[in-house]
Amino acid sequence: MAILVWIEQNDGQAVSNCWELLAKAKELGGELGADVAALLIGSDTGEAAQQAFAYGADRVLAANAPTLEHFRLQPFAAVAEQAVERTAAIAFLTNASIRGGVLAATVACRRSAGIAANATDLKVEEGRLIAARTIYSGNIHAEIQFESSLAVASVRPRSFPMPAPRDATGTVENLNVGPNEDEIRQKISEFRAADAGEVSLTDAHIIVSGGRGVAEDPPKGFEFVGELASTLGAALGASRAAVDAGYIPYKHQVGQTGKTVRPDLYIACGISGAIQHLAGMGNSKIIVAINKDPDAPIFQRAKYGIVDDLFKTVPALTAEFSKRLK
Amino acid sequence: MNVAVLIKQSPDTAELPKVTVAEAQSGELQATMVINPWDEFAVEEAIDLSDRFGCETVAISMGREGETDALKHALAMGVDSAVHVDERVIDGGDEWATAEALAAAVKKVDTGEEVELVLAGKMSVDGNSSVIYAGVACKLGWDLLVNVTRIVDIVDGKLIAEQAFEGGQETVEVPLPVVISVAKEINEPRYPSFMGIRKASRVTIPTLGCDDLEIRPSSTTRWTDLNKPEPEDVQVRIFDGASVEEKVTQLADALMAEKVI
Repeated sequence: MAILVWIEQNDGQAVSNCWELLAKAKELGGELGADVAALLIGSDTGEAAQQAFAYGADRVLAANAPTLEHFRLQPFAAVAEQAVERTAAIAFLTNASIRGGVLAATVACRRSAGIAANATDLKVEEGRLIAARTIYSGNIHAEIQFESSLAVASVRPRSFPMPAPRDATGTVENLNVGPNEDEIRQKISEFRAADAGEVSLTDAHIIVSGGRGVAEDPPKGFEFVGELASTLGAALGASRAAVDAGYIPYKHQVGQTGKTVRPDLYIACGISGAIQHLAGMGNSKIIVAINKDPDAPIFQRAKYGIVDDLFKTVPALTAEFSKRLK
Repeated sequence: MNVAVLIKQSPDTAELPKVTVAEAQSGELQATMVINPWDEFAVEEAIDLSDRFGCETVAISMGREGETDALKHALAMGVDSAVHVDERVIDGGDEWATAEALAAAVKKVDTGEEVELVLAGKMSVDGNSSVIYAGVACKLGWDLLVNVTRIVDIVDGKLIAEQAFEGGQETVEVPLPVVISVAKEINEPRYPSFMGIRKASRVTIPTLGCDDLEIRPSSTTRWTDLNKPEPEDVQVRIFDGASVEEKVTQLADALMAEKVI
């Protein structure tokens, strides 16, 4: 009996949010009397497999083959189902990334298992696993009980604290690698990794975002916002208004039709705080608003605020932190 | 090759905060209901593919009896036909019951040529699950591509597309039939034309019900403790000062004290 956790890899590197999930699974496993098994699927799983032991896995299962270099649902789901069977899993957990979400859904559907998609918390009550999640874009909370023997959940990044690795190693159990290349229907002809060094919005501890307030000089405005972000080691975000106006690419968009984030610190520069934006960042631990309009709705959700022109305030804040963080 | 596009009728995003627990439980919402915004990208792509490849397009939506405004919107945008699936066919079942009903509808709507491509939006703004299209692919036994940013070509029974994920972007080739969820980057959804709206208003949309679709609804989860979180009553602290420097110094002090930097 085990709680099985898929450790997603990008370019051989484990996605760090998966360690948060693995550590949580360890805690739940203790309460449920289940082992925690980490599942690795890829062409280069060696390092991540040992890390999995260090982050608390009791067992590590790996399928290692060139056919598994890139995520393709057909072979990945086949390996995951095999691991569910091998470990007699009572739960299968993934990081709620694009791939984690689709792998969880596919395994759940194939095994007629209940799913809690984009869960924000997991707990054990009366010997049963319960997942928490939100619907209506964060406006209604719900708990989900599973009626199936296997419980499946994809869990939002940064739902649990990042654990410290311990000094542990172990022997990796090898899984059957699934279909041959001839049997895999999807072929990847070109692969382009994301810009290295860029902090991703969903992983970020700090996000600095710009909005319509940059309108008088958008390139300059986002240069200032970007400088503050890089000074703080933060990810760069934007409101829909800024994206729609073409000031910055869509991948930076936070909100209803962009990314849902929950950093420790969210600094909104020149963002009014429309409901659709708040739906994407309202759960941030600390919200700071910089806006020259004292009546902007963002101030109703912010903990700290400065009512002033962002073109003056943001560079001053960058200068202040450059001094302090030296 | 025909194209089916799966759409959902959902609350206007500006009215989502007004949804109450009782409404979420009963499914009877006061909010203005519109086509789920993510689904507009799927509808636009279906229409675009019909222009490029001369295929027929059909929009399918599951909902309460008479809940056809989203389908009318898709018709007004330019899809060829629309089919409503009465949600009673799943008898309050789970996501997989919904997926089974939609998959059965995809098989049922075959008009002339078979449907070989199913398009869906990436998420609904009310359910927020992003699992239905995966379930539909599973129930149909078809391949699945997610977060597709461009359909490059459909040639010799194969579809070539670009899909994005957190770690990058890839070009992938897959034999038809296939289910695809589309990303926002894929296109710019059109507004329905006046002529389109008039035409759509005259269409009688057929409904598939329990007599048409044989579903064995599954129920694998129980939703409990629905509640509406009151937004935390945070009293904003505005930093005043004679100069911007004075204000940012106070803000930096506060953030250092919070230990978030």
